[in-house]
Amino acid sequence: MNPVLFDRPGVYLAVAAFLLAAGIFGLIQRRSLIGMLIAGELIFSAASLNFMALNRFVAPDPAVGQIAVLFIMGLAAAEVVIALSIIIAVYRNYRSIRVKELAELKG
Amino acid sequence: MSAFPFLGPIATSIFGVAVAITVIGAVIAVFTRRIIRAVAGLALCALGLAGLYYFLHSPFLALMEILIYIGAVCVVIVFGIMLSEPDEPALAPAGRRELGWSALALAVSAALGGGVAYVSLHGPWPAPAAAAPAGDGSVAAIGSALLTTYSLPFELISLVLLVAILGALVIARGGRGSA
Repeated sequence: MNPVLFDRPGVYLAVAAFLLAAGIFGLIQRRSLIGMLIAGELIFSAASLNFMALNRFVAPDPAVGQIAVLFIMGLAAAEVVIALSIIIAVYRNYRSIRVKELAELKG
Repeated sequence: MSAFPFLGPIATSIFGVAVAITVIGAVIAVFTRRIIRAVAGLALCALGLAGLYYFLHSPFLALMEILIYIGAVCVVIVFGIMLSEPDEPALAPAGRRELGWSALALAVSAALGGGVAYVSLHGPWPAPAAAAPAGDGSVAAIGSALLTTYSLPFELISLVLLVAILGALVIARGGRGSA
């Protein structure tokens, strides 16, 4: 009862946990909007990997997780497009995408 | 298992390479100062993830991961970098608050990731259902499920993509009157 490394669900889930941790670290620590966007993509990837790992090892129908990951990829692409257009609009108005300088709404 | 003698160790080492590429890519994506290197790290991470998807019996998703993440998302982010500013500002030398902020970020993410990783490595994962799986998970099965069971989310995602395209055009184009 000790299958090879790539047949254990815990390994995939641990990699996904690392991706989640890296994404959250980047979201907190980055100081430019594009860096935060990249960190958000890492979190999306972690979610996709979780879906695929549980789909492979415990789900009865192996097509469901793949469809879920396809939807996640589509949503991630739409999110990146919208976020980048907002970033470009912000840069056009402020000449900066540093988080510290975008404090006009701060009281 | 197979006629070829060292199949198991070779597969395990390829899996290790995929995991290492994913982890190294994520670290590069988060820790570098220059944003363009972070995008390269994201692409590397997506390449490793494609390898992991291959080990999860889904070569279709491995292809899609490379196609969408490396081919579309990373390229779009590179265009966004070219249209805005390329670098993060350097760390302020006497940035005591910044250092505390980074330490807080590291603590939060390490606690969260460590906890989830501990649970997933030590949790009792049930064995796969012994009964015959409902489908074979092939591309044909995915396609027919997308057009029957999941046709509503499928149509909704196409609507979301359309609205995203239009919204991006409206937001980023900049009206005639804007500065």
